[in-house]
Amino acid sequence: MSSTSQTVKAGGGRLAALTAWIDARFPMTKLWKEQVSEYYAPKNMNFWYFFGSLAMLVLVIQILTGIFLTMNYKPSAAEAFGSVEYIMRDVNWGWLIRYMHSTGASAFFIVVYLHMFRGLLYGSYQKPRELLWIFGMLIYFALMGEAFFGYLLPWGNMSYWGAQVIVSLFGAIPYVGDSLMEWIRGDFYISDVTLNRFFALHVVALPIALIFLVIAHLMALHEVGSNNPDGVEIKKVKGPDGIPLDGIAFHPYYTVKDIVGVGVFLIAFCLIIFYAPTMGGYFLERANFEPANALQTPPHIAPVWYFTPFYAILRSVPSKPMGAALMGIAVLLFVFLPWLDRGKVKSIRYRGPIFKFFIIAFAISFLALGYLGTQPATPTYTTAARVFAVVYFAFFLLMPWYTSIDKTKPVPTRVTYHAH
Amino acid sequence: MTEEVDTGRRHFLTVATIATGAVGAAFAAVPFLASWQPRARAKAMGAPVEVDLSKVEPGAMVKVEWRGKAIYIVNRTPQMLEQLKGHDDRLRDPESKESDQPAFAKNVDRSMKPEWLVLVGVCTHLGCAPLDKFTAGDVTVAADWPGGFFCPCHGSKFDLSGRVFKDVPAPTNLPVPPYSFLSDTRILIGAEAGKA
Amino acid sequence: MRTKLLVLIAAIAPVAAFAAGEAHLERAGNDVGNRASLQRGARNFVNYCLGCHSAKYMRYNRMAADLGISEPQLIENLMFTGERPHDTMRIGMNPDDAKRWFGVVPPDLSLIARARGTDYLYTFLRSFYADPARPTGVNNIVLPGTAMPHVLWELQGVQEAVWEGSVDAAGNAQKHFKEFKPGAPGKMSPEEYDQFVRDTVNFLDYIGEPAQLQRTRLGFPVIAFLAFFSLLAYALKKEYWKDVK
Repeated sequence: MSSTSQTVKAGGGRLAALTAWIDARFPMTKLWKEQVSEYYAPKNMNFWYFFGSLAMLVLVIQILTGIFLTMNYKPSAAEAFGSVEYIMRDVNWGWLIRYMHSTGASAFFIVVYLHMFRGLLYGSYQKPRELLWIFGMLIYFALMGEAFFGYLLPWGNMSYWGAQVIVSLFGAIPYVGDSLMEWIRGDFYISDVTLNRFFALHVVALPIALIFLVIAHLMALHEVGSNNPDGVEIKKVKGPDGIPLDGIAFHPYYTVKDIVGVGVFLIAFCLIIFYAPTMGGYFLERANFEPANALQTPPHIAPVWYFTPFYAILRSVPSKPMGAALMGIAVLLFVFLPWLDRGKVKSIRYRGPIFKFFIIAFAISFLALGYLGTQPATPTYTTAARVFAVVYFAFFLLMPWYTSIDKTKPVPTRVTYHAH
Repeated sequence: MTEEVDTGRRHFLTVATIATGAVGAAFAAVPFLASWQPRARAKAMGAPVEVDLSKVEPGAMVKVEWRGKAIYIVNRTPQMLEQLKGHDDRLRDPESKESDQPAFAKNVDRSMKPEWLVLVGVCTHLGCAPLDKFTAGDVTVAADWPGGFFCPCHGSKFDLSGRVFKDVPAPTNLPVPPYSFLSDTRILIGAEAGKA
Repeated sequence: MRTKLLVLIAAIAPVAAFAAGEAHLERAGNDVGNRASLQRGARNFVNYCLGCHSAKYMRYNRMAADLGISEPQLIENLMFTGERPHDTMRIGMNPDDAKRWFGVVPPDLSLIARARGTDYLYTFLRSFYADPARPTGVNNIVLPGTAMPHVLWELQGVQEAVWEGSVDAAGNAQKHFKEFKPGAPGKMSPEEYDQFVRDTVNFLDYIGEPAQLQRTRLGFPVIAFLAFFSLLAYALKKEYWKDVK
């Protein structure tokens, strides 16, 4: 099982000597053992547990392609749009690097939303994983910032008006709103100055923050240990060697498993890149193939799909400050889940019918709001958005009540696992 | 846990997966590395440049840009061609054996037509632009100066064919770019006839 | 489950990014893989469009290479104004003059197919009709009040629009477009003209994203390789997980 020690022996004296030389100066073997080869993860983790490693993969793809895009992108109002077309046409393979980055942005949100929903299903935010969850939420917020700042950079007409609308949300804040908007833009409208600072935030500030948050997220995870579909703490039942009886070494068991997930993910990723890079206007919008034009709003403005659930909530409220406030609250409520949930069990498997009803209603309303946010705001759609928004908030705000009265099933002491 | 493990199969699959993954990673690296190659736009700018020679008076030099480099075009007078003689022993590569030029320019005057000298104005030492010092005996260079080019950065000297003198840092003669004459007064820098 | 739903929604939801007024759009039915059509489209484009519209991101020689046109053929047949093959398709028209003549500057067409869609362009170019009230003498069903004259009238002829009237609930007379009826005939039959427009739109589709030819060719080998890798990784996972009881 401990294949490292075997390789070291098989590799002969020189490799062992080099390892010893490094280990005396840097905890290489120690880190590898603690974090990977002797990190024991529950053996019953199912496909929902792929999305964490996939989020890491997408982060690497975004950083790598992002670095290569900055080599040819020009962050100025006069040149930005043309430089993106230059990347798409004149730079060797520039089109591939750009499509990887634009598809990667959407893939990041797909993977992260699934990763978060996994947390909801199996109660992964519950004690002792509150901080782990909060670091995760901070990653999500940083990601939203990345998406927002990055969306302005192509300087298409949708970039321009999208930034205009989102920055205007800050105008809803009483008293300081207008001056805050001017401060964010650095101008009286979205201009070259705004583009330049958004570029700096997108390529320097937020990526650094993201990397640190990911490290904190992983450190917290390895401190408390991974949750699993049964919501059982595997550390409670240990063998004579001190290893959890239901734990298996992350390497090789989950490394080989995650590689399969990577392969399948990359197939889906490449299908989009090579055959549908605009995803019918959902990943790259038609209006963004026209340069930014301060005199003409695109006929139909909507944010990219990953923001539309919150955008639908914003639009459904007939008051600007209230709409903006509710939208902010809708995003922030996730942070409080560890304290809103009064349930005695973690996993959906042992929850009662009320929780199951609410989580299904929540999933449906999130998707429905996402769809409505992409559509024009007709009266029917607005009414529907209001209904779903109420369900969305009810899921969180009623949680202390329904989780405490719900009838839960007894939780086993060991995880359920059937060898294949 | 270790009962009936087929280590042979396990080893084979591990090696096969790693090898396939490595091949995939290598293929994935190609677009990124290739994106550093000169682009269509750079290549467009590197296209041949046409120059009208009718306004270049005898004894005068014009500079044109080709691929971001200065190209020196000198209309050499018969007297300047005379100045090329008699100092072969002071030159490092008088017959241009080690230097960079099209085959047609591998001669004493390093040109297609003796009166027209075409050189890449980039010193072969460290890339500065040599100055034109065509007057023989120019005291700003040396008393025994036969006329030619002088590089202000590190003092490299070249004669009126761009041939490098001994005892200077530059290793080879100034390069001659490919060129061809479209007519008596029109020259195309960057393309040899028949190779365009 | 949620992924499937997301994909499903992405697939069935109408593309709402551009609202083309009320006009019904015809399917362009073009195919960027059809090289002969692209070559005809290129010829149509340089002859009829490039006078007023630029394609400033498209290089002549890139087009020639992708469309299988040799450089001498390119210079002979598709370049008229003394550009060099590596130049992009710019025009000599001064934007200020254009504004004075047409009221608006004719838009650059490099990305028009990506911004508007091929169906829009196909329908637009077939929807000019005689309208003496307009300074150009024509109007367009898809873009009412367009400043663009019917450049292709010699080919298509000038058709007339047939309207049907109705009275809405508020008692106002409404006018709806019903169909076109042939007016002055052009040099081409309607079928020839449709093919002419389809070729032109096909070319516009291509210049919107020249890399698409390369992109769709590359997709299959990449995905086949990844499928092979995934199978291998799956076999490896199965092998290791035999340990887990």
